[in-house]
Amino acid sequence: MNSFMPSTTFAVLLLPFIAALFAPALTRLLKHNAAWILALVPAAICWHFSGFLAEISAGEVVTGGYQWVPALKVNFSWYIDGLSLTFALLITGIGTLIVLYSGGYLKGHAQLGRFFSFILMFMGSMLGLVMSDSFLMFFIFWELTSITSFLLIGFDNKREASRRAALQALVVTGGGGLFLLAGLLLIWNVTGYSEMSLLLRSGSLLADSPYYIAIFVLVLGGAFTKSAQFPMHFWLPNAMEAPTPVSAYLHSATMVKAGVYLLMRLNPVLGDTMAWHIVLPLFGGTTLIVGTLLAIRQTDLKLMLAYTTVSSLGLLVMLTGFGTEKAIEGAVLYLVAHCLFKGALFMVAGIIDHEAGTRDVTKLGGLMTAMPITFAAALASAISMAGLPPFFGFLAKEEIYAGLWQVSFWGGLLTIVAIVGNALMFVIGFVVALKPFLGRRKLKLGNVHEGPVLLWLGPVLLATASLLTAIFSPMTHRLITSPMASAVEGEPVSAYISLVPHIGMPLLLSLITVAIGVFAYINVARLRALMIYALYKIGWGPDKGFDQFIRGTVRLSFRVTNFIQPGRMEFYMKVIFILVAVSILLPMALFDEWPAMPQWPDTISRYEAVIMAIAAVGLFSVLYAKDRLTAIVSLGIQGFAVALLFMLFGAPDLSFTQFMVETLSVVILALAMTRLRLTPTDHRPLKEKIFDTIISLACATAFVLLLLKVTQLPFDTTLSDFFTRYSLSIAHGANIVNVILVDFRGTDTWGEIAVVMVAGLAILSLIRIRTRPANAIAANDPAEEDERL
Amino acid sequence: MRTLIFRTVAPYLASLMILFSIFVLLRGHNEPGGGFIGGLIAASAFAIYGIACGVSPVRRALHFHPMAISGTGLLASTAAGMLSIFFKVPFMTGLWLDIPLFGDSIAVSTVMLFDIGVYLVVVGSITSIALALEERPNS
Repeated sequence: MNSFMPSTTFAVLLLPFIAALFAPALTRLLKHNAAWILALVPAAICWHFSGFLAEISAGEVVTGGYQWVPALKVNFSWYIDGLSLTFALLITGIGTLIVLYSGGYLKGHAQLGRFFSFILMFMGSMLGLVMSDSFLMFFIFWELTSITSFLLIGFDNKREASRRAALQALVVTGGGGLFLLAGLLLIWNVTGYSEMSLLLRSGSLLADSPYYIAIFVLVLGGAFTKSAQFPMHFWLPNAMEAPTPVSAYLHSATMVKAGVYLLMRLNPVLGDTMAWHIVLPLFGGTTLIVGTLLAIRQTDLKLMLAYTTVSSLGLLVMLTGFGTEKAIEGAVLYLVAHCLFKGALFMVAGIIDHEAGTRDVTKLGGLMTAMPITFAAALASAISMAGLPPFFGFLAKEEIYAGLWQVSFWGGLLTIVAIVGNALMFVIGFVVALKPFLGRRKLKLGNVHEGPVLLWLGPVLLATASLLTAIFSPMTHRLITSPMASAVEGEPVSAYISLVPHIGMPLLLSLITVAIGVFAYINVARLRALMIYALYKIGWGPDKGFDQFIRGTVRLSFRVTNFIQPGRMEFYMKVIFILVAVSILLPMALFDEWPAMPQWPDTISRYEAVIMAIAAVGLFSVLYAKDRLTAIVSLGIQGFAVALLFMLFGAPDLSFTQFMVETLSVVILALAMTRLRLTPTDHRPLKEKIFDTIISLACATAFVLLLLKVTQLPFDTTLSDFFTRYSLSIAHGANIVNVILVDFRGTDTWGEIAVVMVAGLAILSLIRIRTRPANAIAANDPAEEDERL
Repeated sequence: MRTLIFRTVAPYLASLMILFSIFVLLRGHNEPGGGFIGGLIAASAFAIYGIACGVSPVRRALHFHPMAISGTGLLASTAAGMLSIFFKVPFMTGLWLDIPLFGDSIAVSTVMLFDIGVYLVVVGSITSIALALEERPNS
């Protein structure tokens, strides 16, 4: 790991990002046919990772990587076991189909190249996420998936709804990412490990730690937002604003499973505790039921699928939390099955939308003869979703029931939740797959025909995969299910479930599910009406709550800013000077560090007396000046007098600078005052004048006391001795002040001149603003914003 | 302010002040003076010239935008510090070179370049503020 050894895996992890770089140019050249070439990228990666199958199914793990920031023990390292390999194959396998599908779906779109670029970037991020061994790399990829998802949801950026959905998804998943970061850092702190591979071998170190609950909550904060668990589920249906390839890929097959991936990954070290067994099934089960109920309410194909995705994620979280060996196997099987059937169904919904021009299930019907291939793919996927043989979904559902069924209150309750959820998903699956195709052809649809090969290839291949993985289940288990379940469980397990039904509890539960499902399917219209009524009665949900939260935050920040920055110069100056006085006087008072009364000098020479008299005259004329300009110039008199004093006491450089600064301040202040168009005389009421006087006297007293104190302290001559001795010999300069400025402390000066320049730029732009019309500065009042909307 | 006397004298006064400012800048290493003070003197020269004869003659005389002068100064100072990289010594180490000229030798150093940078930053920033203030809003 120490030296940079070229590795194919490293190259493969970078490949999607490189491809993303070239995608726009390629698309400009080949139009939508660029999809065929770009699809080679995920296909090649998929090929590379399938090379690990033999090794991983034999129980090995593959790690590799490079040092990134050795000082902080941060590495760029990957970890391939059953869990990450299955994810990698799903990401790249489905990714290949999605790239092809995008080419067909967005054919002729002006921004197709950009779309390819985004989707490849997402693919790279998601692949990095599941491959990451080091925490920091994991977090970076985690946030990258949120960002690329933001770009993809907001792809149609001219539409308000897309922009809102994109921002919402980013705020929810990005915010969750921050929880995750805190959680990972805490894990790092508690165990001392910054890599998954090491952490997984740490045993019960985390579960026994006093920080367990904090880590648990923070990790869940990341996982639940990403995987859209109730009540943070609302962003996922809104994300359906994205083009359908995105919904099929990010928001059903891959990205939303990142949270589940995280929980599965940490199951060996965080799982098997009371909190884990209760909280995860609780949230997962609630999400499952809420998701399916909300799905029933919808008539839009994509939204129905989106809500069932929410419930499927709930089911996965519930199973991971329940944590028995069979439940984990069920979760693993269901995760793979869900990727296959839900990806296909989303693509089918996209094809219907693309060819028929609507996704509303009440406006669709009788498309079977027009789109036979799409119908076949949809039907196969729906059967898998319903958990019926001979598809992979059947295996998953049998295993879920086998895992959940226990003669205990908790097991029984979760089994009932799973039955209800599965039955409702059965309904949605068939509504999506049957309603648009069967029945009478709706006249409004016009002449609908089958989509091009780029469109139907994806769903057909996924449906075929659902069938083949089920038929050859021993091989599926050996290569995919068992290694992945072993990785989640933390110890070797093997799955045996096959299409041959076994008489037992799971089969009985399946029959009950099917019975409820068929009954609900017949009455789906009535159920929908019931749900619409119920939701109407409930009022606003988390989606509206998100808006309220954002509006509240904006209002709060506006209030705070308004309070701290009222925009009145006098207020700022008062606060600054009060703070100056307090910060000097308060420590003196607290630590009783008042200066001693200085000794009054015996003799004052005549010229000293004269200079002080000049300073005093300057000050008096400031106070008695009738207009501002006179006051400013009079202030200059006092400044010059001080400069003269410096000169007399042997500080020519200081005095010199004081003269120049004084001259320029008078000039610039006078110029600024003439531009500000203030009334020439003082208009403050008496009360304010007295208050200001007190502030200025306090400041003056503070400075006098501070200076007295400083001069009374013993003077450490180390530095001045050093500079005196070495100024000429080291720095070749006799003027010590200047040598310090440009040589000994040159870096300080360097920083200071940078500040001078930036300040100059800032002042310049402030002056320029004044010359524009007053309304050119945009107001940020949210109240005004609301009025405009 | 624009009296005849002031207007007549201002260009000469300003040129003398700028000459003086360069003198102050260069002698700074051994006598009272230096880039900062020199910069202030030059800035007040431009300010005076501007008050007397208007802003546009000053802008014409400067040729560059004052902020550009300031930026050049910062660049020069940074370069003076960075030169040390090529001699494998820490950032901001003073490097000296004696150039023989007319039988005498003149010491040239990165420190001097640095001080010239300081001078330019101060001149540029303050002149640009002063000139912007001198300009009437609607002229």
